[in-house]
Amino acid sequence: MKASVRYIISRIVSYIITVWIGLTICFILPRFVPIDPITVILSRVTAMGAYMDPETYQKMRETLLHIFGLEGSFQEQYFSFLSKAITGDFGISITVFPSKVNDLIARALPWTILLLATTTLISWIFGNIIGLLAGYYRDRKISKALQFFAISVYPIPYYVMALIFVFIFCYLFRIFPLLGSKGIGFEVSLSFEFISSVIYHSFLPALTLFVINLGWWILSMRALTINISEEDYVKFAEIKGLDKRIILNKYIFRNALLPQITQLTMALSTIFSGAILTEFIFSYPGLGQLLWMAVSSSDIYLLMGITSLSVIAVSTAALVIDLIYPLLDPRIRYEAKQI
Amino acid sequence: MSGDYILGTENLKAYYETRHGYVKAVDNISFLVKSNEIFGICGESGCGKSTLMKVLYGIIEPPLKFISGQISINIDGKEISIQNTNVNEIKKLWWKDISYIPQSSMSVLNPTRKIEDQFIDIFKKWHKKISRRKIRKLIRKNFDALGLPREALSSYPHQLSGGMRQRIVISMATIHNPKIVYADEPTTALDVVVQRGILEVIKELQKKLNNTFVIVTHDMGIHYQLSHRIMVMYAGKICEIGETDDIFQNSAHPYTALLIESLPRLGDKSERKSIEGSPPSLLDPPKGCRFHTRCPYATQECAEKEPPLTEIWHDHYVACFHPLKTK
Amino acid sequence: MRKIKKRLASALRNFTFLLMSDVKLLIGTTVFVVLVVLGFIFPHFSPYNPKRWNQVPRDIPPCWKYPLGTTSLGQDLFWLLTFALQNSLILGITVATISTFVGVLLGLLAGYKGGYLDRALTFLSDIFIAIPSFPILVMLAALFLGRIHILMLAAVLCLFNWPWPAKQVRSMILSLRERTFIETASFSGFGTIEIILKEVIPLISPWIFANFINTVLVAIGAEAGLATIGVSSLEEATLGTMIYWALRYQAMFRGHWWWISVPVVTIVILFIALFLIYMSFSEMFSIGGYKK
Repeated sequence: MKASVRYIISRIVSYIITVWIGLTICFILPRFVPIDPITVILSRVTAMGAYMDPETYQKMRETLLHIFGLEGSFQEQYFSFLSKAITGDFGISITVFPSKVNDLIARALPWTILLLATTTLISWIFGNIIGLLAGYYRDRKISKALQFFAISVYPIPYYVMALIFVFIFCYLFRIFPLLGSKGIGFEVSLSFEFISSVIYHSFLPALTLFVINLGWWILSMRALTINISEEDYVKFAEIKGLDKRIILNKYIFRNALLPQITQLTMALSTIFSGAILTEFIFSYPGLGQLLWMAVSSSDIYLLMGITSLSVIAVSTAALVIDLIYPLLDPRIRYEAKQI
Repeated sequence: MSGDYILGTENLKAYYETRHGYVKAVDNISFLVKSNEIFGICGESGCGKSTLMKVLYGIIEPPLKFISGQISINIDGKEISIQNTNVNEIKKLWWKDISYIPQSSMSVLNPTRKIEDQFIDIFKKWHKKISRRKIRKLIRKNFDALGLPREALSSYPHQLSGGMRQRIVISMATIHNPKIVYADEPTTALDVVVQRGILEVIKELQKKLNNTFVIVTHDMGIHYQLSHRIMVMYAGKICEIGETDDIFQNSAHPYTALLIESLPRLGDKSERKSIEGSPPSLLDPPKGCRFHTRCPYATQECAEKEPPLTEIWHDHYVACFHPLKTK
Repeated sequence: MRKIKKRLASALRNFTFLLMSDVKLLIGTTVFVVLVVLGFIFPHFSPYNPKRWNQVPRDIPPCWKYPLGTTSLGQDLFWLLTFALQNSLILGITVATISTFVGVLLGLLAGYKGGYLDRALTFLSDIFIAIPSFPILVMLAALFLGRIHILMLAAVLCLFNWPWPAKQVRSMILSLRERTFIETASFSGFGTIEIILKEVIPLISPWIFANFINTVLVAIGAEAGLATIGVSSLEEATLGTMIYWALRYQAMFRGHWWWISVPVVTIVILFIALFLIYMSFSEMFSIGGYKK
């Protein structure tokens, strides 16, 4: 079998297994909890003063058991959870009963994707270009300054950076509102007001993610460029007296991008986790805020839904990148054709 | 420098600057290379031959330093003289009149670019707007001469064998008809059969192009097959220069003689002798003749004074107080 | 005993030499040592119990009596910080020790034995690297209603952090196996374990150490992140819980900038210091041995 086909199959297999294990963890963990969600809901109903006779109570209990997939044996619950998860059905939220978890997530997810996708992409592209130049001209002052900048920025956790920005831009210089983006109404439209409001409220969270990610890409690309500049083929290109721009572009950059793509894949889960926490600090209406809501009201199903989705989202993004990679590396793409 | 010569050095000194002091890899070297010949430089590893070639080509990066002396290059009647003040003048000749084949030829090709594109990079240096078709035509002639298949152009380096890659590097270095081609160990890491092929290729190329090749290798066998004249180096100094046959049959310097004797020969079943001892440190070389500590004929004079390079007969120079042969 | 002392002495000498030659390492180590002293020695002198509230007047900005100010809960920030540092550091170092040890062990096994063991390990570590740990940690901690025991947190952090050192050690072993000196040692009759201890580990130790430092960073960061949301063990004083309580009491909103700044600035300083140490150790290795 061709090596590339083998690679694709093995990647897909490990993707499926990763998602499966992630979902299983999501399923098993709540079972250790002393909370019985049914009792919680029912007690809320009775707390409002409504009276239920024992029969109605029992019927409600059964219905709720059914809705939450808590009937049947452990294995039955497990399989129904898995099959529903694959189709994207994560059940019903306890907090905002009877809203479906899916709806809540569906409202929050686009915001998170917007934030994540734009900042990750832009910081990766800019970071790599800046890192390339910083690495090739490693002795210039500006390269050392950039390295200094990256070192001071990258180790800071996303939420700490978020707090710093809140401090500077919301407290010291009151440019941005201190308390989140309640300003973003849910009427999604293409009006100028809406878009400018989005940009206004997303600016700080985006900046936080952008700056820290930029620091990492600059640092790693710079180090990578320095290593590649010592490679024999770069030295030979210099010996030939080739134009510096060609060497930077086609000899160094091309060869540095490949490991950087692999790095991106490995960093995805970290970037994702950081984004969620940053959203929380800025009350940005994405998954982060949803997570906070789920945590504060112990809404297990919402939690399960968000966690399961996170596992699926990150693994899928990684899979996509991993499948594109062989097309970009000629050593893998044209492996078989020996002359 | 008279018209016959294309390259020469005069009291060339190039040292490596380390925190322990200077490593005197090229120490007061003076010699001449003719046009239309294959000039071989040989010696043990660490004798300074690779450093010498780097300096001749102009690859002088710290910690290497061009201390003093002069390199003269005679191109198209014009003489260019290089001292430690104007080393960058050589860079103007790179891949126009002179070219360089580095030591590790296996990995000098960009793994993520097609061979054709790498050639285009070279052509773009002189002709900004040359078309791909023209480039392909020019390369094809060169490839045919080197015995390279046309499909190699559209492949990536990892798809080609070691011998093919080496030939492509040679092609890259000769496609623009340079006057001098420097080759550092052009056949290391290749098996003997492929090695033979590469040597033939170089011989044919030199005849066709009518230019000068400077070949550095420790392998005396290669020099025997390839080089017209040989220069033997030891510990940063020249021992002997002469025509190949003359050197092999009438070696005058004890070191040269020992080097040649250590070569295996068909039919000769006697034990091969290796030279006792090891090369001296170039940081603190011995006084007098550098070889005297290992030389079986050394005398007091050899330990105190440095022997000058003298012409003992026509076109045969030796730096020794007691040469093995005189005419 | 004497042998161990000798080895420690020479290791110390090497380290001091390294410190002098690398600015990053010098700064990082100095700052880190300062913070360690603050975190492990100062708490013994604290006049206050960090878990108790209302021990000093509230919301006082930094002054001579209370050098870093006081919180809305009536705690002296300076002494609270020392305890927070201690707990965060203990957590970080414990998690780092365990996961680095396990990771290195598994990486060595996988790299040396190869075959099924290797494939199983690679598979397992890839899975744990791919699964985003934060949402799972949040879920786990939330399930315990914020009363999660700090040990449980540490255990889960270990679970998610062993793959990194394991992967790196494994790839180092695989490339080292090719090197002749290991073959030579094997031919001269040394047992595999001896080879590992005497030849391999000294070679990869800068990398193991770099990984260790990085894991400390990651573990402290993870705990603080969880605490910020409110799902860590909130009665303990850690750098993260300090942030949590400051946010909970709207410290910034009410103008009590010192409460929120102290843990934030401390985290920044600590992490940059750790990262500098990490960078200089991993640079040491990428040049294939020791820097000149």
